[in-house]
Amino acid sequence: MTASPLAPSVVPGPSAAPNPLFELLLRLGDDRLVLGHRLSEWCGHAPILEEDIALANVALDLLGQATMFLRLAGEVEGQGRNEDALAYFREAVDFRNCQLVELPKGDFAFTIARQFLFDVYAVILLDALSSSKHGELAAIAAKALKEAKYHVRHSGEWVLKLGDGTEESHRRVQRALDDLWRFTGELFAADAIDRAMQEAGVGPDLPALRAQWETLVRDVVDRATLTLPLQAPVLTMRGGRSGAHTEALGHLLAEMQIVARSHPGATW
Amino acid sequence: MASTVGNQQFAADQAATIAGDGQWPLWEVFTQSAQGAPHEHAGSLHAVDAEQALQNARDVYARRGGVISLWVVPSGAITASRAADSGPLFDPGADKAYRHPQFYKVPRGVRGV
Amino acid sequence: MTQTRTAPADDPAKVAAFEARIAAGESIEPNDWMPERYRRQLVRMMSQHAHSEIVGMLPEGNWITRAPSLRRKISLLAKVQDEAGHGLYIYCGTETLGVDRSELIQQLLDGTAKYSSIFNYPTLSWADIGVIGWFVDGAAIVNQTILAKASYGPYARAMIRVCKEENFHKRQGYEIVATLANGTPAQKAMVQDAVNRWWWPSLMMFGPSDTDSPNTAELIRWKVKRKTNDELRQRFVNLTVPQAVAVSLTLPDPELKYDAETDNWQFGAIDWTEFNQVIRGNGPCNRERLDARRKAHDDGAWVREAASAYAEKQRAKQAPEAA
Repeated sequence: MTASPLAPSVVPGPSAAPNPLFELLLRLGDDRLVLGHRLSEWCGHAPILEEDIALANVALDLLGQATMFLRLAGEVEGQGRNEDALAYFREAVDFRNCQLVELPKGDFAFTIARQFLFDVYAVILLDALSSSKHGELAAIAAKALKEAKYHVRHSGEWVLKLGDGTEESHRRVQRALDDLWRFTGELFAADAIDRAMQEAGVGPDLPALRAQWETLVRDVVDRATLTLPLQAPVLTMRGGRSGAHTEALGHLLAEMQIVARSHPGATW
Repeated sequence: MASTVGNQQFAADQAATIAGDGQWPLWEVFTQSAQGAPHEHAGSLHAVDAEQALQNARDVYARRGGVISLWVVPSGAITASRAADSGPLFDPGADKAYRHPQFYKVPRGVRGV
Repeated sequence: MTQTRTAPADDPAKVAAFEARIAAGESIEPNDWMPERYRRQLVRMMSQHAHSEIVGMLPEGNWITRAPSLRRKISLLAKVQDEAGHGLYIYCGTETLGVDRSELIQQLLDGTAKYSSIFNYPTLSWADIGVIGWFVDGAAIVNQTILAKASYGPYARAMIRVCKEENFHKRQGYEIVATLANGTPAQKAMVQDAVNRWWWPSLMMFGPSDTDSPNTAELIRWKVKRKTNDELRQRFVNLTVPQAVAVSLTLPDPELKYDAETDNWQFGAIDWTEFNQVIRGNGPCNRERLDARRKAHDDGAWVREAASAYAEKQRAKQAPEAA
């Protein structure tokens, strides 16, 4: 935390010709920052003590990954912004996370269903990124992949337990999946940035990853006696990757950034 | 990856049953700190099945690193000796000097025995 | 609950043998014979300790989502997570005495069990997080280092693990305090304000003065406690005063002065009326803390039931194959 974060008024917005690598790193970093933040909201409020510790572990992994991706993003951008400047002094429109991760934590079924959908996505994406031509990105992805493999084991077991547990748990987790499904289209929708990164051998062919993701998700969902729509979701809920978010993100950031923004230039 | 989720079955699951009050069963956790080191008792935790016990053991007792292997055992599956029996069980072992190498004499100067 | 019933009379010969073991410095294990009152005192003390860890997650958890840098956010989350772990270790230690964790948690939720008075104070600024790590964890370490030598094996072992893990808690707190104390005027004011609010409640954490602590003599004789409340409090003050001086913060006690003869920092009178009020449920946040725990417990009921139901179904499926 050597470089002091810049005051919001002097932070440059996204430039006219965005640097695709910077954008890709923000997407990776922001997904994990926002989801890690959401999971950390459970700390002290989980259904059982063991799960308090488990959810905090996943949150810590995600926040650690966010730190690495955002630090690299700041270096790639080359404008003196470190991971804290990026996390604490950007507006919601400058965040590049998918909408899936910013939705309020909901009940435990919602948290687990969202986590499972994301964890499977993370494993597949990080696996692809670990052979990126960008060495530092590949190294972070390889480290994060090990963590993500554990995360999916944890959330997947819970999907089974809730799906095939009691009537109430089944109903709750089914409703969560129904609510969340429309947010999964965005995960695999490639835009110009993704295509540029894919051509450069840095990023994956995102749409091509969806089939594998869906196979893995459906396998667990089926065994959990739950159901998913047969069709891929219509792309209504998207825009997070270019700064169009749900109402939830503004509130999340207002809370997350309040202390840092109240004392511009301060060291913590 | 996801396909390993829920596909493992453990014999221990049969030994851990859920109490009438809904309390999750208690498990004892043993951790190994290095290759070749013994598994040592680390503590206990609650879990409904062996997979969850392993996951919880990982998060509760291995989150600081320094662990390379975990055992989880339903607490009810452990049979412990009682303190009241310690006389008959352990005292007789204490005076069997012939079980220890120092009991035997070797001629001076002989090595490797 | 445990104090209201009188313990059944124990066999005097067994009590004598037990006390001889304690005097010889032996460790008492779950299967060993122990006086009923020893067992009850341990259940009371250990469960209070575990409850304190769990309730203690709330005031600090209050700032996880607002921590001002990623490094601080991660350390704070890891620290509060450790508190859940410490609660878990101590509950498990208590369970070796034949009480279920669910029973102990019920006592916390229905208000019949006590927990540390300190967690009934609010966390009002980010500086509170630093000061809690410095004072509250500092006080806890003073306490727990001694408890790691307690005569009951499972308690002592839980404390050894807790002490090892807690070393980072106090340091992260003091690092925050030192950073703020060297920061902007607003940060300095923020940390001094937090020190002013947390100092006296931290001294109260060690419990009533020895003259008003009915359990102390017995607990010391049984080596559950190894030092009195006042001895531990004095040790904490002696450790903390130079740490405050080092970062130019003032402790809010005009009577604080060094006594060369005893090598102690003498401090002013503690307001025991406030302490007793907080213990009785009239502190600033008693209701909020218990309500938050009850809500988490109630909201989690269907989850715990679901996991149990799932495991039972799986067992039923596997059972015929195993037979």
